[in-house]
Amino acid sequence: MREPRWLPWARWIGLGFLGLFTLVPLYVMVSSSIKPLQDVQGVFHWVPSTITLRPFADIWETVPLARYFGNSLIVASIASVASVTVAIFAAYAVSRYRFPGRRAFTITVLSTQMFPGILFLLPLFMIFVNVGNATGLELYGTRTGLIITYLTFSLPFSIWMLVGYFDSIPVALDEAAKVDGNGPLGALFRVVIPAAIPGIVAVAIYAFMTAWGEVLFASVMTDDSTRTLAVGLRGYATENNVYWNQVMAASLVVSVPVVAGFLLLQRYLVQGLTAGAVK
Amino acid sequence: MVAPTTPHHDERRRPAPREGRRPTPGGGLPSRIAGRIPVRLRRLGVPYLLILPAILLELLIHVIPMLIGVGMSFLKLTQFFIRNWSEAPFVGLANYQIAVDFNSAVGSSLLHSFMITVVFTALAVGFSWLFGTVGAVLMQGAFRGRGFLRTFFLVPYALPVYAGVITWSFMFQRDNGLVNHVLIDQLHLGADRPFWLIGGNSFAAVVVVCVWRSWPFAFLILMAGLQNIDSDLYEASAIDGAGWWRQLRSITMPMLRPVNQVLVLVLFLWTFNDFNTPYVLFGKAAPQQADLISVHIYQSSFITWNFGSGSAMSVLLLLFLLVVTAAYLAITSRRRSNA
Repeated sequence: MREPRWLPWARWIGLGFLGLFTLVPLYVMVSSSIKPLQDVQGVFHWVPSTITLRPFADIWETVPLARYFGNSLIVASIASVASVTVAIFAAYAVSRYRFPGRRAFTITVLSTQMFPGILFLLPLFMIFVNVGNATGLELYGTRTGLIITYLTFSLPFSIWMLVGYFDSIPVALDEAAKVDGNGPLGALFRVVIPAAIPGIVAVAIYAFMTAWGEVLFASVMTDDSTRTLAVGLRGYATENNVYWNQVMAASLVVSVPVVAGFLLLQRYLVQGLTAGAVK
Repeated sequence: MVAPTTPHHDERRRPAPREGRRPTPGGGLPSRIAGRIPVRLRRLGVPYLLILPAILLELLIHVIPMLIGVGMSFLKLTQFFIRNWSEAPFVGLANYQIAVDFNSAVGSSLLHSFMITVVFTALAVGFSWLFGTVGAVLMQGAFRGRGFLRTFFLVPYALPVYAGVITWSFMFQRDNGLVNHVLIDQLHLGADRPFWLIGGNSFAAVVVVCVWRSWPFAFLILMAGLQNIDSDLYEASAIDGAGWWRQLRSITMPMLRPVNQVLVLVLFLWTFNDFNTPYVLFGKAAPQQADLISVHIYQSSFITWNFGSGSAMSVLLLLFLLVVTAAYLAITSRRRSNA
């Protein structure tokens, strides 16, 4: 594209503004996490008076952060692996077969995205409590209940994106695999999945992030032993005092796994979106 | 894309035909079992088997709870009946009547919350879309630091909601927050330190935080959309003498229209239903002026433990979203087919 002379200036101003908007909270998070407590209790200062790593040691003592961290890790990992697996099969069916109910299936799955979470929070809470009472299968307050819930949260987007991705893989490849004596599953595992790895990785990141960051269901469906980070982080605020330096340190620590994973793999997400969703 | 010679593919190619084995048309089933089921039936069954897990999960977590939620909205489901809800008395439309009776306390506060959410959504979606578009368009072309900026802009989106929003709630603290420090101490825009998380300012606060979190998503989607525009179009129009603005108006924006159609809808639904941002920002008690609908329903359900009334409000919310989505799709699709 031919660039007018003023474009570099516009770019500088526009992207500069967006950059600052993005940067300031991140700077506050990082700089406050290395401040001593009196620094975050008084008037805000851009630069820490002294640098201390104490908050990073204290966060594990003030609240049982390690337990929350473990819970989040278990829930998010299992939910994302399960979600991707289910999504791969469903997306393969939608992409490669023309069957009665195909359109209804995609529309139903996608439309669940628009439901307010609050609408099925109350019934799901009731179902989990009553299933526990009736069968002894504890879903309320357990990681299992949370895993099942989160895995369905990322399912619609995952299926949608993988369908687009699978569509971009030539059907001739499947046909060749089938001629070679593979069934549909053989074609899926030997041809389609290897060719769709970027899309699958992107979907897995999305599913992990969804489960790692969810607040509403975590705040209702967990108890002391299964509490995840989303709820646990509130523990740094006591009646009289908020340990803001510890809150910031803990926020930083819990963000590192997802942000690092996301940034390392974001090009797959962009690729996946380009190939799949945005067509 | 991956070349049509996957290693596995080559290995399989040679042995199979030589053994003279006919490929089983229906699936990987051993032919002994497969022979008993007619081929056409087996072929028909495969896609259903593949989508079965997804259907079961969607039924269990989304569809059935939603239907139960609709059922619950007709019950007097107060705290006495939570553990044995089969005994909750049927009250017909009473929960709805209370929710839409704008003279009652419940109805008027629901209406208030709804109106606030409408304005909040319009502002948050508008700014998120605007920032995303400006960011994506200005990122076109080559300049130093482009790759870094592209990744950097996505950080708020990658950050777990509570980590990002809790940082904002620190920044909005009256006495030790950054916002008041900059506005009052450094820019001297007033004498008193205002509150940001209670009172009228809380509305502005929640809009800012929501835009901060969602504009990178718009940016990401629009970047992907821009990559799909054929660069020949720009070259051809440049030969015809079209300048930057002309290209933006006549090529970029029209080509992005299908992407924008979905993007704005998704942003609208997410923002309208957003629970995480206000809940983490304000804690358990959202201020009146920023009483967004999801938090409103949550609080009125779990403080009063009246799930029947909460379900009725949720159903009303869903109906509203359905109507808006249907109208939006009808209008935008017609405009698209006319264009």
